[in-house]
Amino acid sequence: MKYFSLVWAGLWRKKTRTVFTMISIVIAFLLFGLLQGINQGFSTALSRLDVDRLYVTARTGMTDGMPISYLPRIRNVAGVRAVSMWAYFGGYYQDARNPVPAFATDAVELMKVYKEIKIRPEYIEAMAKTRTGALIGDALAAKHGWKVGDRVPIGTSIWTNKSGSNTWEFDIVGTFDSSAYGAGFPSFYLNYSYFDEARQFGTGQVHYYIVSLQDPKQAQRVSREIDDMFANSSVETRTQTESALAQSQLKQLGDINFIANAIVGAVLFTLLFLTANTMMQSVRERTSELAVLKTLGYSDTKVLILVLTESLLLCLFAAAVGIGLAALVFESPALQTLFGNFSMPLFVASMGAGIAVFVAFVSGFPPAWRARQLNIVDALAGR
Amino acid sequence: MKMFRQIGAVTAMNFRSLPQRVSTSLVVVIGIAGVVAVLVSVLAMSTGLIRTMESTGRDDRAIVMRNGSIAETSSALDRNSAKLIVDGAGIKRDENGEPILSAETFRILSLRKQADDAEVSAILRGVGPKILAVRPELKIIEGRMFQPAVAEVIVGKSAHAQFKGLNVGDVVRSRGANWTVVGVFDTGGDAHESSLMTDAETLISIDQRGSFQSVTALLESPAAFQAFKDSLSANPALAIDVVRERDYYQQQSKTMANIISIIAYVVGGIMAVGAVFAALNTMYSAVSARLQEIATLRALGFGSTAMVMSVLAEALILALIGGVIGALLAWGFFNGNTVSTLGGAGGLGQVVFELSVSPQLMILGVVWACVIGVLGGLFPALRAARLPVAVALRAV
Repeated sequence: MKYFSLVWAGLWRKKTRTVFTMISIVIAFLLFGLLQGINQGFSTALSRLDVDRLYVTARTGMTDGMPISYLPRIRNVAGVRAVSMWAYFGGYYQDARNPVPAFATDAVELMKVYKEIKIRPEYIEAMAKTRTGALIGDALAAKHGWKVGDRVPIGTSIWTNKSGSNTWEFDIVGTFDSSAYGAGFPSFYLNYSYFDEARQFGTGQVHYYIVSLQDPKQAQRVSREIDDMFANSSVETRTQTESALAQSQLKQLGDINFIANAIVGAVLFTLLFLTANTMMQSVRERTSELAVLKTLGYSDTKVLILVLTESLLLCLFAAAVGIGLAALVFESPALQTLFGNFSMPLFVASMGAGIAVFVAFVSGFPPAWRARQLNIVDALAGR
Repeated sequence: MKMFRQIGAVTAMNFRSLPQRVSTSLVVVIGIAGVVAVLVSVLAMSTGLIRTMESTGRDDRAIVMRNGSIAETSSALDRNSAKLIVDGAGIKRDENGEPILSAETFRILSLRKQADDAEVSAILRGVGPKILAVRPELKIIEGRMFQPAVAEVIVGKSAHAQFKGLNVGDVVRSRGANWTVVGVFDTGGDAHESSLMTDAETLISIDQRGSFQSVTALLESPAAFQAFKDSLSANPALAIDVVRERDYYQQQSKTMANIISIIAYVVGGIMAVGAVFAALNTMYSAVSARLQEIATLRALGFGSTAMVMSVLAEALILALIGGVIGALLAWGFFNGNTVSTLGGAGGLGQVVFELSVSPQLMILGVVWACVIGVLGGLFPALRAARLPVAVALRAV
C-alpha cells in the first residue's frame, strides 16, 4: 500500500493520455455491461420467475387452443396448487393500431397463480360478480385514463359476439399492479365465462392453462403427467416451465446471445490494443525514471510489479466506472418498466472485473517486462 | 498554390515517418475497423430483412382483410365476404373470364431450426386454386404441386434450407393432420419462401374453421388499386380493409427492422465515441513525437494551415484504412449469411433472410470512419498549429 502514491503518480504522468485511455476503457465496459447485462438479465429474470409455474399449450402450437374440459383434469393432478387459463382476445381500443393485450380468464384463480400481482380483494370479488367486468393493469388505466366504473368498448378483429358486433363493451371493475412480471404481462382481463357464452364461434377453447405448483421440485413430474394424460387425445398438450417457454419465444427473435458476444468480443479485442499501446508508451517515456528507481535500490521484480499495478489500476478503475454507468442505465425508469425489477446482474459485474484484470495483465506485461529488464547504465545514458 | 505545396510536402513527410509510429497508428486503424465492422454487420440485418419483405409484395396485388386488422393473424373473413370480394372492380381475369385471386388462411406450425434445434414458428398458408396465376413467380423447383383435399404441402426454399424435416417425402405434424411434403418452391427470394403452402379448403376443414383470413387479388395494373379499393369499400355488406401487397409486407417488417437499426446505431455510436478518444490519443502522441520537427518546419516558414492539414490528413488516412478493413470484414464474414427472425404474417412466423452488406452500407461505414478520424485528429492538429516555435525548439 505504501507504493500506492508512486503508482498513482506514474498513472497521471501524462494526464491527457490517461484520461483519453480511461474514457475509451469506460466506454468499452459500458457497452459490455449493457449488452451482457441485458443478455444475462433475460435469462436470470426468467429462471427466477419460473420456479412454480407451468404453461400448458396445445402440442401443435400455442395458437391452436385446447378444450376447456381439460381444466378440472389438470386441477386434479397431484402437486397442482391452482390452475387458471388465458384465451386470446386480441383487442384494440378505437383503432387497430392501438392494441389492448386482452385475455379471457378466471380472475380468482389467476391471482392465485400470479401471486405477485397486487390487487385489492374487493376488485377480485367485483370481477366474479360482474359478468361483463374487466380487470386492467395500472399502466393501461393511466394510458387511456380509464377508471373503475367506466364502460369501455374494445374492438377485436377475430371474435364476433352473438349480437353480431366485433366491438365488445366491458365494465372496468378493478385495477392491479403487475410490475413484478414486467411490461410484457397482459394487462386486460375479461371473464372467460362471459366471453365463451357471447362469442359466435370457437366456444370452449382456451389457449393457455397456467399451472401453479405446490412444490417447484415437482415441475418435471407434473409436466409429464399432464402431457401423458392427454397423449393420443384429439388435442395433445405440451407443458413447459415459464422460463423454457419464454426462452423459446426469445430464441424466435434470433440468436441474441451470439450477437451480444460477437460485439463484446470485437470491443474487447480493440481495447486490448489500446491499453497495451498506452502502457508501452508510458513505460518508454519513463525509461530514465525507472532507471533512477532501480538505482535507488528497487529490485527488478518490484519495478515489474509497479508497472503491472499501474496497468491494473487503470483498467479496473475504468471498468468499474463503465459497469457502474451501465448499472445506472438499467435503473432508469424506462428500462425498469420494460424488464420489470431489473438490475445489473452480479455475475456480469464480476465477469467485467475478470476481463479488466485480464486486459490489464495482457497489455501491461510486455512493458512491465521491458521495465524489469532495463539496464541502469544504458537507461540513464539514454541508449 | 504555395499553401497546397506546403500541405503536400508536410503530409508526405508525415507518412514517411509513419512506420516509426506503427503501433500507435494501429490503435486507430483497429479501433475504427471494430466500430465499422459492428455497425455494418448489424445494419446488414435490417437491410436484409427490409429487402426480403420489400420483394415480397407487388404493386399490382392487393390484400383484403377484415377491417381493423393490422395483420392477417387477427383477420377473419367469412365465406360471404370472400364471395363478394370476387366482384371487386379492377381484378385481372384469366382466359375463362374468372377473376384471379386467392382466398387464404394460415396456421402456425412448430418446427425446429437445423442450425441449433431451436423451436420456431413457421407459417402454413392455405391458398386458393388460382394461386399460380396470382403468384406467377411461384415455381416448383423440386417434387410437385400439392393436390387439393389431401394433406399435402409444398415448402419454400428458405424454409427447406433452414428448418428440420422439410424434405420431399417428410411428414409434418399439426393438429388433426400429418402433412406430407411433396415439393419445394421458389418465389424469387421473398418472405413466402420461409413458409409452407397447401390448399386453403383442405386446411380449413382440417382446422375446423369457418372462415378465411385474407384474400389476395391480382389487379389489372398497379393503377387499378384505387378502383378495386373503392368498389369494395362502397359495398355495405363488406367490413374490410384493402392494402397494397407491397405496403402490407413493408409494414409487417417495419418494427423489427427499426429495432435492429436502433441497436446498430446505439451500439455503433457508443463504440464510435470510444474510438474518437483512441484516435485523439494516437494523434496527440503523433504530434508530440514530431514536436521538434513541426517547430523546425514552422521556423523555416511553413504556415500553420499546412500543419493542421497534415495532421488531419494522417488521421483521415488511418481512419480510412480502418473503415475499409471494417467494412470488408463485415462483408467477408456476413454478406449472404442466412438468419431468421420473427416478422412474418403478424409477426408470428419466422422470416428467413440473407444479411445484405450492400455497397451503400459499406460507404456508410467508411463515412463514419472518416468522421471519427476527423474528430480525433482535429484537436491534436490545432495543437500542432498553435505550438509556439521558440518554446518547442528550445526543448531540443
